Amino acid sequence: MSARYDVELIAVTKRYGATVAVDDIDLRIPQRSYCCLLGPSGCGKTTTLRVIAGHETVTSGDILITDQNITNSPPAQRGTAMMFQNYALFPHLNCIDNVAFGLKMRGVRKAARYAQAREFLELTQMTAYAERLPSQLSGGQQQRIALARALVTKPKILLLDEPLSALDPFLRGRMREELKRLQNELGITFIHVTHSQEEAMALADLVVVMEGGRIQQADAPRYVFDQPKTAFVARFLGGHNLMPRDDATELAVRTDRCRLFAIDDVVQPSLPGAVSAIEYQGTRVQVTLDTDLGIRLVSHLPDEVFYGHPFQIGDRARLSWSRSDAHPVIAN
Amino acid sequence: MNERKRTLGFYLLAGFFGLYVLFLYGPTITIAVLSFQGPNGGLTFPMNGHSLHWFANLFEPQLVGDFGGSLERSLLLGAMVMVTTVVVSLSAGLAYRKRFKGDTPLFYLTVASLVVPSILVSLGVGLMFSQCGLDTAWYGSAFGAQLTWTLPFGLLIMFAVFSRFNPSYEEAARDLGASSWQTLRHVVLPIIAPSLLGVALFGFTLSYDEFARTLLTAGEDNTLPLEIFAMTTNITTPVLYALGTLTTTFSFVVIGSCIAAIAIIQRRRAKRAA
Repeated sequence: MSARYDVELIAVTKRYGATVAVDDIDLRIPQRSYCCLLGPSGCGKTTTLRVIAGHETVTSGDILITDQNITNSPPAQRGTAMMFQNYALFPHLNCIDNVAFGLKMRGVRKAARYAQAREFLELTQMTAYAERLPSQLSGGQQQRIALARALVTKPKILLLDEPLSALDPFLRGRMREELKRLQNELGITFIHVTHSQEEAMALADLVVVMEGGRIQQADAPRYVFDQPKTAFVARFLGGHNLMPRDDATELAVRTDRCRLFAIDDVVQPSLPGAVSAIEYQGTRVQVTLDTDLGIRLVSHLPDEVFYGHPFQIGDRARLSWSRSDAHPVIAN
Repeated sequence: MNERKRTLGFYLLAGFFGLYVLFLYGPTITIAVLSFQGPNGGLTFPMNGHSLHWFANLFEPQLVGDFGGSLERSLLLGAMVMVTTVVVSLSAGLAYRKRFKGDTPLFYLTVASLVVPSILVSLGVGLMFSQCGLDTAWYGSAFGAQLTWTLPFGLLIMFAVFSRFNPSYEEAARDLGASSWQTLRHVVLPIIAPSLLGVALFGFTLSYDEFARTLLTAGEDNTLPLEIFAMTTNITTPVLYALGTLTTTFSFVVIGSCIAAIAIIQRRRAKRAA
């Protein structure tokens, strides 16, 4: 029987002296998933990745890969391969030797390892650059070589540390599609560290939002966005209004589900305030309301709705939402 | 291009720099010119014709001391010091990439020998050998005395090298299944090879022209600098200049071939890539 989960973290903690980088986390990543570890810098996402890779030891807890406990195994015996943030291509080796490196270390003969390396150069569309040195490649090309080099050892899990952050926005979009295509084609699990919620939403089957060394929420992107569990998740993903409540919760409502009404309109629930900013954003208009409660709320209105009943800065208005769109989140 | 007019300051500084270069190389050039003195010429200008007479004279040991022998000893000693410096400072540099117990005191202990006056080191090593009933010799006591000079330098260079070395190369190698030894052999050493060549060159040249530390430790047989110094006290012909010219040329050849070696390595890498 095959394993239910490709990766399982059980009560994993990583401390550096007095600082806790990863704080007692549990995580299950199903087979063949695209998993994104998402969070601001210092949230523990990179440490989590490095702990899975075996480049950091855990302070306590267990790591299982396809049901094998590999907590204390060396990196190469875990069935993982890592793509480093700066790619870490060996500067003295040309592309094919970089890609063949893992096979060479395993004692594969030259002809065989070059043949396999060529396969992966082809997979990443880098065949034409086999003889080039890394310094003669663009950032995007270096990344493809780094991908080929990591994949050549046929890992069960590919670990990617902020793989797209060094690329320009155009290339980033293209590589994003390509990563998703590769993951599909290879049928293995990708674990991808990012601080971009847009990237995580676009790629992931499973988004793991982290903060302060803890997992805030691990869900499909749609649920993470639509039903954030904590105020932090709602804030970090954006697109939510947060309203304080009496208990230890806040009320989260998506900004595109909030509507503006004239101050005299009788709508419930709603909050009155003054329009403090209006931004035209193409398909939508972003209206900011400074409410009388002292909190700032945002409404994203479809452009035709806004221009049907336009507001001016300084206008008194009422921001309203439907009760079914509001749900409580843990305040943090 | 810079179209701005050059100011007076530029010319003053350029003149100052010119003087500096003259001060740096003037003596060497003067000696080089005088070494081609005619057979009847003296130690000073004017030139009395020109010839290779004094160069030929060099290789007659009975006349000018043991030039050939001392050159051979200096080269051998330089090679020994070079190899030892590279191996030891590389190992120490690798060790110092992690903290270990007593690392700071050990570091100060190592570099302290740079501060101790060379002649005292020489005296101390010489005394120690005689106390232990050992004979001082260029390949023993002098070798050790020179290492007290080259090793701290080598270590400091390795510090600079490893402070710029990106540890993710090693992580990547380990990730791809390389053992520690394979990582060193296939990743670390090739990447830092040019710097190691620099340490080697440094070790060799420091040894080759080392004087004070060798003075009281070389024993019976002189190294080249000691031999030259001995010659200055008893030779009054331009053969001394010929010697200077020859050894200077030799140094330039050594340095030049190292630079050429680095260039060749880089070109070969680029060619493989093309």
